[in-house]
Amino acid sequence: MPGVEGFMYPNEVSLYWSVLIVLYPFITGLVAGAFILASLARIFRVEAVKPTYRLALLTALAFLIVAPLPLQLHLGHPERSYEMYLTPHRSSAMAMFGFVYLWYLMAVLVVEIWLDFRADIVALSQSTTGWRRWMYLAMTLGSANVSPRALAIDERVGWLVTLIGVPSAFLLHGYVGFIFGSIKANPWWSSPLMPVVFIFSAMVSGIAAVMLLYMATTRLRRKLIDMRCVDTIAMYLFYIFIIDFSLEMLDLIHRIYEADESFRSLDFMVHTRLYFSQIVLQIFIGTLTPLVLLFLTQVMKLHEVVRKRIYAVAGSLALIGIFAMRWNVVIGGQLFSKSFLGYTTYKMALATREGLLVAIALTLLPLLILAVLVKILPPWPDAEHASIREAV
Amino acid sequence: MRVFRDAGHLFRLAGLFAVGTLSFFIIRAFLVPRSFGEYGHYRGAAISEIAAHPIRFAGHQTCETCHTDVAQTKNSGKHAQVNCEACHGPLAKHADDPSIDPGKPDTAVLCVRCHAASAAKPKGFPQVDADQHSNGLPCQTCHQPHNPAIAAGGAK
Repeated sequence: MPGVEGFMYPNEVSLYWSVLIVLYPFITGLVAGAFILASLARIFRVEAVKPTYRLALLTALAFLIVAPLPLQLHLGHPERSYEMYLTPHRSSAMAMFGFVYLWYLMAVLVVEIWLDFRADIVALSQSTTGWRRWMYLAMTLGSANVSPRALAIDERVGWLVTLIGVPSAFLLHGYVGFIFGSIKANPWWSSPLMPVVFIFSAMVSGIAAVMLLYMATTRLRRKLIDMRCVDTIAMYLFYIFIIDFSLEMLDLIHRIYEADESFRSLDFMVHTRLYFSQIVLQIFIGTLTPLVLLFLTQVMKLHEVVRKRIYAVAGSLALIGIFAMRWNVVIGGQLFSKSFLGYTTYKMALATREGLLVAIALTLLPLLILAVLVKILPPWPDAEHASIREAV
Repeated sequence: MRVFRDAGHLFRLAGLFAVGTLSFFIIRAFLVPRSFGEYGHYRGAAISEIAAHPIRFAGHQTCETCHTDVAQTKNSGKHAQVNCEACHGPLAKHADDPSIDPGKPDTAVLCVRCHAASAAKPKGFPQVDADQHSNGLPCQTCHQPHNPAIAAGGAK
């Protein structure tokens, strides 16, 4: 049989979970990571990262809107998926996730964004005309009260929402790791470390994505990049990356030392079919290279231009590395036989419902949504936008 | 009450959430079928709906009332435990009206469904690599499907 080596059970030959299921934890991870970066500014009062606070919130929202789409495209009957909300089964992790997703979207992200942008929304509802005015008026919920006391209440409630949001973000992405980690029949996935590794890798990807988006949008707007801000983000990225890498290595060392009955099969797979995506792309290009680059920025006094370039390269490589990690988890877990005697191949389709073109479109879609969101709610920390709020 | 006045927008938001939650429960009441959960986590009425489907399989006892000679051949060979419709497909219509010709299955396709060589099958189970074994010829050239041992008759 083409693509099959050794012995595979009949239901193991073709993969059920495609590149879209790789994309799904990647996108959800970006949401959780972006939100945690936003919480650094709000909960942990890291003033330096403040310029990215609103952008991080909108990024999280843009990616969260797209997060369920890969799953919908994977389903045979997506039109029935809403039934998960109507008649959820308590023993289904997926059904429970539906509620975690809804909670995170409606009770955390949308509320926090609304509270934070409320003064701008009220100002825009008064300064715009036509359909835009009606849109902003609807978003004010009929209340134009932006008195200092009302804003102070918003600030306190917003802080509380963020406080609830941090464990919610952990729950959201921890669940994605849980889905894989709890599959006891698959030794590549079944590990209690999985949710923890997923959370930390989510933080890495989300922080890297917001850092890149901040640098790119500031450049596009012909403004100066706040170096104190990106230096601080890069520092957090470096530390969290170290924790993430240590956890992944801990998982690896644990597997090597434990060397259970699956080990020889999985070890062979990592050295053959997953060699490029795991060893080369994930570990060397996507983890060690950005770690070394970020380390250099921490110990050497480098010029601003050099630092910016390093951050851009390290951030992009980190995103590639985290995507490779998702690929290796999702695709890698389906390449070997439960008999540990054979391996199959994943051949990605191009223009099918779960093919490469759809995956590229779903990666670009959140950026498109983000572009619309920043048009509606400008998140820029500049003086001209601050003046809109002060004018009210 | 200044607090209530300055937090008025939050009450509006809470009201919006309350309306949203209430709408969800109202929509849910309409969309969830009445018989859902009657016996378990599924639509109870599904059982009677499925039971109302027309029967497609006749059952081997029905086949044997007419095809006594074939039943005798089959019951004396290795395929004694294989039901007629496992190979011939559902034949309730043919049993009701014998003039409906169900057609004969293509043995070149049918037999390998069970007898294609695979390491997952028990060693004692007859299994072949069809290309090497028969060079593309239909199995019934040599084997009588109802009693497949060569000694039992071969081609029919």
